[in-house]
Amino acid sequence: MRVGLGADMETTWPVLTVLTFLPLVGVVFLLLIRGAEEVVVRISRNVALWVSGFTFLVSLFLFYHFDPSVSGYQFEDRGEWLARDGIGYHMGVDGISMPFVVLSAFLTPLAILASWNSVKMRMREYMIAFMVLETMMIGTFCALDLVMFYLFFEAVLIPMFLIIGIWGGARRVYASFKFFLYTLFGSVLMLVAMLVMYGQAGTTNIPELAGFAFDPSVQTWLFLAFFASFAVKVPMWPVHTWLPDAHVEAPTAGSMILAGILLKMGGYGFLRFSLPMFPDASLFFAPLVFVLSVIAVIYTSLVALAQSDMKKLIAYSSVAHMGFVTVGIFTMTEQGIAGAMFQMISHGLVSAALFFAVGVVYDRLHTREIDAYGGVVDSMPRYAVFFMFMMLASVGLPGTSGFVGEFLVLVGAWQASTWLAFFTATGLVLGATYMLWLYRRVVFGKAEKPEVIALKPMDRREIFIFIPLSALVLWYGVFPTSLLDLMQPAILMVLDQVGTATEIASLRGTN
Amino acid sequence: MDFSLLTPAIAEIFLAGAAIVLVLVAAFGGEDSKASSLMRKLTIGSFVVAGALVVSNGQAPNLAFGNLFMTSPFKVYMKVLVLVAASVVLLMAKSHLKADGINRPEFSLLILMSVLGMMVLISANDLMVLYMGIELQSLPLYVIAAMRRDSIRSSEAGLKYFLLGALSSGLLLYGASLIYGFTGATNYGAIAAALAGGASNGAVIGIVFLVAGMAFKISAAPFHMWTPDVYEGSPTIVTAFFAVAPKLAAMTLFLRVTYGMLGQVGEAWQQVVVAIAVLSMIIGALGAIMQTDLKRLMAYSSIAHMGYALVGMASALPEGVSGVMVYMAIYVASALGIFAIILTLSRDGTSALKISDLAGYSRSHPLHAVCMMIFMFSMAGIPPLGGFFGKWFVFSAAVNAGMVSLAVFGVLSSVIGAFFYIRIIKVMYVDDAVGEVLDRHENSINTFVMTAMAIIVVLMMFGLSSLRDAIAATLPYIAFVVG
Repeated sequence: MRVGLGADMETTWPVLTVLTFLPLVGVVFLLLIRGAEEVVVRISRNVALWVSGFTFLVSLFLFYHFDPSVSGYQFEDRGEWLARDGIGYHMGVDGISMPFVVLSAFLTPLAILASWNSVKMRMREYMIAFMVLETMMIGTFCALDLVMFYLFFEAVLIPMFLIIGIWGGARRVYASFKFFLYTLFGSVLMLVAMLVMYGQAGTTNIPELAGFAFDPSVQTWLFLAFFASFAVKVPMWPVHTWLPDAHVEAPTAGSMILAGILLKMGGYGFLRFSLPMFPDASLFFAPLVFVLSVIAVIYTSLVALAQSDMKKLIAYSSVAHMGFVTVGIFTMTEQGIAGAMFQMISHGLVSAALFFAVGVVYDRLHTREIDAYGGVVDSMPRYAVFFMFMMLASVGLPGTSGFVGEFLVLVGAWQASTWLAFFTATGLVLGATYMLWLYRRVVFGKAEKPEVIALKPMDRREIFIFIPLSALVLWYGVFPTSLLDLMQPAILMVLDQVGTATEIASLRGTN
Repeated sequence: MDFSLLTPAIAEIFLAGAAIVLVLVAAFGGEDSKASSLMRKLTIGSFVVAGALVVSNGQAPNLAFGNLFMTSPFKVYMKVLVLVAASVVLLMAKSHLKADGINRPEFSLLILMSVLGMMVLISANDLMVLYMGIELQSLPLYVIAAMRRDSIRSSEAGLKYFLLGALSSGLLLYGASLIYGFTGATNYGAIAAALAGGASNGAVIGIVFLVAGMAFKISAAPFHMWTPDVYEGSPTIVTAFFAVAPKLAAMTLFLRVTYGMLGQVGEAWQQVVVAIAVLSMIIGALGAIMQTDLKRLMAYSSIAHMGYALVGMASALPEGVSGVMVYMAIYVASALGIFAIILTLSRDGTSALKISDLAGYSRSHPLHAVCMMIFMFSMAGIPPLGGFFGKWFVFSAAVNAGMVSLAVFGVLSSVIGAFFYIRIIKVMYVDDAVGEVLDRHENSINTFVMTAMAIIVVLMMFGLSSLRDAIAATLPYIAFVVG
């Protein structure tokens, strides 16, 4: 059997479909487990780990055979679905979505490993929720049909609502309701916009829609509706308030996935829908996005400084970092978008690691208060090293992936406006302030509290989770082109779509 | 005499005959519980036969009784849904009739007569037949609502239902008489022809009354006041029936009248339907938030769902009808599943129907809780569950008709609605049980219905294509003119 690959060759097996629905096979296995409580717990976490690990292997196959020289979609997979309504099953990846697919498949096994001992009840249901979540995440990034995209995008709410609501902290009910209703509110407006697009273009196929010229006056409303959804998801100031609550209450693994993948769905949405499909409106609203993003970068950094809860601090830092992403995307320059993409991937790795770092000490002391720690370096030296590395990556130290993304975004911002670059850059300073201060208060200082002195060093499992994350952060910091080259054709294509569409509009205006 | 003229109505004639036979069975069937069980089986059996007759005789539009009566594939679809829903409710009734103290043979008979009324209602092609169908449908329902005579709530429910139902029948009849007065016809086709040049003011007033009467029958706001009380007061198995079958029949009638009879004068009813839809969605969603009783919650939830279905109808487009048809099918599946669960909720043999009674449900009844969760997410319209697709199609029709603001309003009220649906999930999965655990039933029928409906709701995305095909085949027969 010849397995053909890439866009120029025929694919003989549906890689993306397998990748998306493989975790659901894991759900079937999980449902079949029988036996005593401990047996179920033991088997179910192993099943989840193996299935998600295998999914990751399939995603590596995708990564390996992805052809970076092609700008269109690869590994396309089409099928009949609602033929009568012109809605089809259509999967495919390009340089923008492929990294997210691999990132999702990469983070899920680590998240499962991270919850190995910290989940105390309903292990089987927990793992089912994670498997369903993985399917929905990968599906979101692979879907090339509007309805399918919405299906996956919204369905993420179900497992995440349950993960926060059932396995979360003390105020989990409040946090999960806020998360669910906030996100749903944004998405339903997008749903109406999708219906309008479907009515006007007569298709829900994403590549076709990207080539469809919507009337500029309609674009404005469509853009705003999509913006409502993606801005909540990213999240942008002032609709970010669900995020700190959700992060604080979510279990460690939930936070890792939430920060690592779910936030990226917003940025991905901007690149996949807003820019190519509503270019005129995107240009029109870019200044608004810049203002909101700069406020997010500066304001949430200041808010982060004032936090006494570690998870909340990192949650606010996520909002600030995602502010860089939205700035980069809407500069509509090659560097800006590449920077935003890079920042999203990097933030996916770094924030997942940072939330895990909080989880490691939380599992030991059961508090996230910064004041409860201090001098952790004495009892947990290895932890201090990993934490420091990730903290510096978050700050944007050259040599880590964090630097590349932020630098490229600033290059792009500079081309758009000097002031934009100036204000965005203040975020770097503030980011360094709160992260270094957090690190000093938690890790350094004299260990005085007896429970901190008695902290157990990290075990093999915990180190094992940090190693791949750190390696990738370092790798992409030193060899950023290995990722940038993959994304470039797709980014140029987005810019091309923005450019051509605006040209058409300006021609239309002169006639 | 040529009996072949009767074939379009063969299923209705059969059910009428079955009703007469069953009256005799009830009279001579011996003691109540035994006769009741026999009657139940016979009724289900006659529904199955009637279903077969409906399917085999309705594949082409056909008139009978001098144009008073009409069958078409669209009606076949709706009649089959009604028969399936009624049969499922009767199947579940097995153990609950006794628990509710209404284990009497009349129960099945009244259901049978009511279903016969629904079939007539669906087939009606004339205002006279329409009224006959409505009354035949409603009168047995008033009786079974009050069937638990010694319960004040049940009697109250029956009386309330009867009084308000009579009022709505009056409205409907008054509207019909105005339409007759201004068009000189009672036949749908003749009325449509008379209205072709536009409706006179008198006819418009008649149309508004007619629409108000039908809105009452599907319990849409502002004619919804009876719903929560009747749902709460009636025996639960009766509520389950109310939640599905009459709504299907009334919705079919609504579609027939608006799209068929009044298809020429869309502007005369479109705005009214929009107003009713908006009110239903918002009152249903807001009203449900306050509720502590599951049956009342379901009542408000059904009000909201009728509002969503009316959004599709308000579009006055063929895809609006097909959207409503998808919506109703999914609504009925979820409602049956939910009531299959609600029926089993009891503590020490007495039914426990407060929302707070569900605390700890996920631990005591894991399978039930999972199914309930699926129904709740589906009712909230979260993809990829069935409820989402219903909403997709009705809102799609509204958007295509240029009613974007109606669609925006609809989706926003669905966010409010999502709150009380996920609250039930929270109660089941987060709250700890207080007091005694709910009874553990080995009720295989309810478990089967619940599981089957949950599977339908989850796998709807795979069957949707064939459902759409089936519906599309019925569309040419619905409307005379649209627009």
